[in-house]
Amino acid sequence: MALTKADLVETLLEETELNKHEAKELIDQFFEEVKSALESGSSVKLSGFGNFDLRDKKQRPGRNPKTGEEIPITARRVVTFKPGQKLKAKVEDYSDTHQN
Amino acid sequence: MTKSELIEILANRFHNLPQGEVELAVKSLLEQMSNALSFGERIEIRGFGSFSLHYRPPRVGRNPKTGDSVELNSKYVPHFKPGKELRDRVNLSGGNAAED
Repeated sequence: MALTKADLVETLLEETELNKHEAKELIDQFFEEVKSALESGSSVKLSGFGNFDLRDKKQRPGRNPKTGEEIPITARRVVTFKPGQKLKAKVEDYSDTHQN
Repeated sequence: MTKSELIEILANRFHNLPQGEVELAVKSLLEQMSNALSFGERIEIRGFGSFSLHYRPPRVGRNPKTGDSVELNSKYVPHFKPGKELRDRVNLSGGNAAED
């Protein structure tokens, strides 16, 4: 099962004084502000969690996997996420209990 | 944009909420997302993107100071895949990003 906005709402109801409507609005606005910042060209640094950075990619040759036809992949700006130290450390603990 | 700037923007937008609740809520959201990943659970936020863990196989690394080789266990690292809306908004705003 994946964590969704509905789960985030439920926990905010337990951990804050917000009501359901406020919790929903705040969560939507939280993600909207991060998107807006990235859209305007700013990176977003959430200490402890990670940084959302922007990278400009040049055009490069690509291929339609179905037809094999060559089509260029146009230049574009993409979002990358670099997890912070604290998040990486937490996930390493999961790694330690799930070695294969 | 930093976490404190994000909190400030949201606090202005939700100025009717009790003092401190926005900060508490933002910290709770980031904590919930970190926790989910540390349990190996995916996060799916429509329009924003999804977070999951990517497996890294064991490898032999080197101590950069001494040059000694060290065996590194397999591990999981957090990964973010931007959703369609975020991809499109960032890419359109960076439309002339092809130059460099």
